[in-house]
Amino acid sequence: MVRLITHNLLACHVKGCTTNNFPLVFQDVQVELQEAEFNPDFIRNMLPRLEWTALVNAAKQVGDTSLPLEQPDMMDDELLQKLHHALMEIHIIEGAMVCQNCRHAYPISNGIPNMLLAEHEIG
Amino acid sequence: MIPTPDLSHLTRHDLEQVYDPAEDTFLLLDALEQEAGELRKERPMICLEVGSGSGCVSTFLGTILGPIPSLYLCTDINQHATRCTLSTGKQNKITLDPVTCSLTRPLLSRLHHTVDILLFNPPYVPTDTYEASSAQSNADIAGSWAGGTDGMEVTERLLQDVEVSSFTVFWDTVNDVYQHLLSPRGRFYLVALKQNNVPSIRSRMLEDFGLSSQIIIERRAGRELLFIIRFTRTALS
Repeated sequence: MVRLITHNLLACHVKGCTTNNFPLVFQDVQVELQEAEFNPDFIRNMLPRLEWTALVNAAKQVGDTSLPLEQPDMMDDELLQKLHHALMEIHIIEGAMVCQNCRHAYPISNGIPNMLLAEHEIG
Repeated sequence: MIPTPDLSHLTRHDLEQVYDPAEDTFLLLDALEQEAGELRKERPMICLEVGSGSGCVSTFLGTILGPIPSLYLCTDINQHATRCTLSTGKQNKITLDPVTCSLTRPLLSRLHHTVDILLFNPPYVPTDTYEASSAQSNADIAGSWAGGTDGMEVTERLLQDVEVSSFTVFWDTVNDVYQHLLSPRGRFYLVALKQNNVPSIRSRMLEDFGLSSQIIIERRAGRELLFIIRFTRTALS
């Protein structure tokens, strides 16, 4: 499943595509919600490893507008819940992720992103 | 005893296209079980399995860690494999996040120093280079075992990504030079065969990348002598 936590860790890796190759932009997505156990510490500890703006924009692209544009200094429980929902419970089942720089589209099918490249695209 | 993942949902059709867990897989499971106490204590946040195949190993790791929340990223170049990985996780109530790709390519830049547990059971069977590289580009089941010269060609490429040195000459390294996967407390478990020259892998990882290593288990399986090697940034007892 492509969850936003995974999306936040994927970048375009086409040969020569090294700037503005993250984050990938969702296109034509089908989304499914699956409940996951809320663990505030996990979310809190994961945040330094994630890119906030990329997350907020990705969430918007899949229909979740609950996150503030700027990362707040204080993480209260309500915000952690929203982050949990965005990161862990939204599953992108079908669609694509498109690179803003080189326009390469990575398809998502049955919940799995296909990040394979053709021989000539490999760096 | 940690139960071996339930794989009863995999069909014969699946197992024609995806590596069926065998002695090497089970040795890796045994090594992880042996390390279970320490792994739980470490509370890993990000686990990454390269070449996850059926999904058996990451599912087992998820079972070991139990309620400790962690992200289980699983890559495989074979689309049938990533599908099986997802379904094996589901079958065993472990959420795995599979990505179809070669090694760690699309994750490399964003996973900088963040992987707490890295698992790799590489295609380690010595074949000729052509067989190994065509198996990788065909992305089929042969890619799960054909390893090229000394069975090390695919492993070499990943070792570069775990910790990259400046003198590397491999075809795909330029972008990777300053990229490093393992977190400061990260552990990397690698399956190797005697013919892969285990002492040389270990000394190179130490000299080139400063990664300490330990053989966790070794076992003979038919004609193969298999090893599980654990690499860390600082020597563990």
